[in-house]
Amino acid sequence: MPPLDVPALVLRNTHLSPDYNVLHLEAPAIAAASQPGQFVMIRTAAGTDPLLRRPFSVFEVLRDAAGSPSGISVLSKRIGPGTARLYDAAAGDRLLVLGPLGKPFSLVSPPAEAWMVAGGVGLAPFATLTEALRSTGAPARLFYGGRTRADLFYLDWFASRGVTLDLATEDGSLGAHGRVTAPLDDALRARAASLPVTLYACGPEPMLKAVAGLARTYGRSSQLSTERIMGCGLGGCYSCVVRVREAGGAPHFVRSCLNGPVFNGDDLVWE
Amino acid sequence: MDLSVRIGSLVLKSPLMSASGCFGYGLEYADIVDLSSLGAVVVKGLFLKEREGHPPPRIVETPSGMLNAIGLQGIGVHRFVREKMPELRRLGAVVIVNVCGSSIDEYAEVTRILSDCEGVAAIELNISCPNIKEGGIQFGCNLASTGEVVAAVRRATALPLIPKLTPNVTSVPSFARAAEENGADAVSLVNTFLAMVIDPETRRPAISNGMGGLSGPAIRPIAVRMVYECAKQVRIPVIGMGGISSARDVLEFMIAGATAVQVGTANFVDPFIWPRLQAGIEDYMTRHGVARVADLVGTVDF
Repeated sequence: MPPLDVPALVLRNTHLSPDYNVLHLEAPAIAAASQPGQFVMIRTAAGTDPLLRRPFSVFEVLRDAAGSPSGISVLSKRIGPGTARLYDAAAGDRLLVLGPLGKPFSLVSPPAEAWMVAGGVGLAPFATLTEALRSTGAPARLFYGGRTRADLFYLDWFASRGVTLDLATEDGSLGAHGRVTAPLDDALRARAASLPVTLYACGPEPMLKAVAGLARTYGRSSQLSTERIMGCGLGGCYSCVVRVREAGGAPHFVRSCLNGPVFNGDDLVWE
Repeated sequence: MDLSVRIGSLVLKSPLMSASGCFGYGLEYADIVDLSSLGAVVVKGLFLKEREGHPPPRIVETPSGMLNAIGLQGIGVHRFVREKMPELRRLGAVVIVNVCGSSIDEYAEVTRILSDCEGVAAIELNISCPNIKEGGIQFGCNLASTGEVVAAVRRATALPLIPKLTPNVTSVPSFARAAEENGADAVSLVNTFLAMVIDPETRRPAISNGMGGLSGPAIRPIAVRMVYECAKQVRIPVIGMGGISSARDVLEFMIAGATAVQVGTANFVDPFIWPRLQAGIEDYMTRHGVARVADLVGTVDF
């Protein structure tokens, strides 16, 4: 389906912390078409400052009382003027939302397990992935790291959907002390090679690089959702490139909006 | 209502074109934009060979604008002809190809290849990209080099030839005249303004190339002034661009002297802008009793 651009009503803005918020947006057609791992481009201001849209993973697909898709939510972290506007958005505002865009995750089926690895706001694509995995029946596990326990959200949401949680905080206030890739490494080492696992990861680039390295070390496949500064989301501007090397070819830049944002971890070339 | 405009031997159904580098190869937008409804689709700049471009970050936002240094990443002219042109022809797009080169020979060679390709309607000569070390702006910032490369490409093609001019010179009209004197059918202006953003926290430039080209609404009044100046000094058509984001802006450029316009950065913000621009132009023509949009060109009351 071609992407749509809709003036979505802000239904709710939930502040999770002084930096993080979840915006509920009314956008039934985008919600119905979204697949896990896809993103939308949101215009945060009607004027020209900020000028460009911002990319956000579809966090949740919202449903009405009858169970039909009615909207989406996005998980946002306030880091600049665009995300500051989204943090301050109020119910009743309208925001232009363009999507769904990009290549989604590929789902695994039992007996394969899906191990999700999230760093900070990189949690964003994993709620929809969790819902989709429930339909395939693949067991899901979430390795989730943040600076401190106040930066980890939706833990009950994932737990209530049968997701096994492995948490890590850099200050040790919840879960393992340090980076989330340490418990991931331990779990991969403990898992018999005969039991299939696919890693799904989204977060800061050093984390993605570490996950790709662990996947290689333990012979597991990985699907990594990249984050790049993106101008248009549609392939027009060539801003959001990542370097890839596919099947013996030379490394080259591809647009993460069209060829991604989800890439096979083995294909990505790290700078 | 007549929206057609003439660029050399080319009659376009509308004055609206995509700006090179802001619309991919056109096909990226085919499922949301009727490419045949545009006056022309100006595709991303092409060298003879594929080009890697600069490492990210390649863009940064600025007040009402953006800075880019993509570095002319591209698939090269051969793959363009083979992989993109058949579909562009099938969709009925009027295709103008932005031609790059690191030597005069390369400009001429790329142009010759495109001239033999069915469906290429015109050549836009990129002598104004601020972001690459070789080619591009080195030709566009020197009057003699501009004349030389335009003359060489003129000999290589019978297609309408449109040098794209840089604003990063003291007098854009003298470059427009140099282009005209050496056989150009039109000129397009302005390319981006060479600019820089530095993060004081890190003391590093915001984009990997250090400097980049500024575009968007921030540059529009400067671009309008340059189009106005150039249109007064050449007889060939001027294609105007620089921050156009609404029908009002299109009309401003045309009244300043532009025969047609290109829309770049605004397409990033709103890829569904094209029918709205056309409707806005038609609404203006109705309100002002203008039957032919070409009658507006250069009608500034000053």
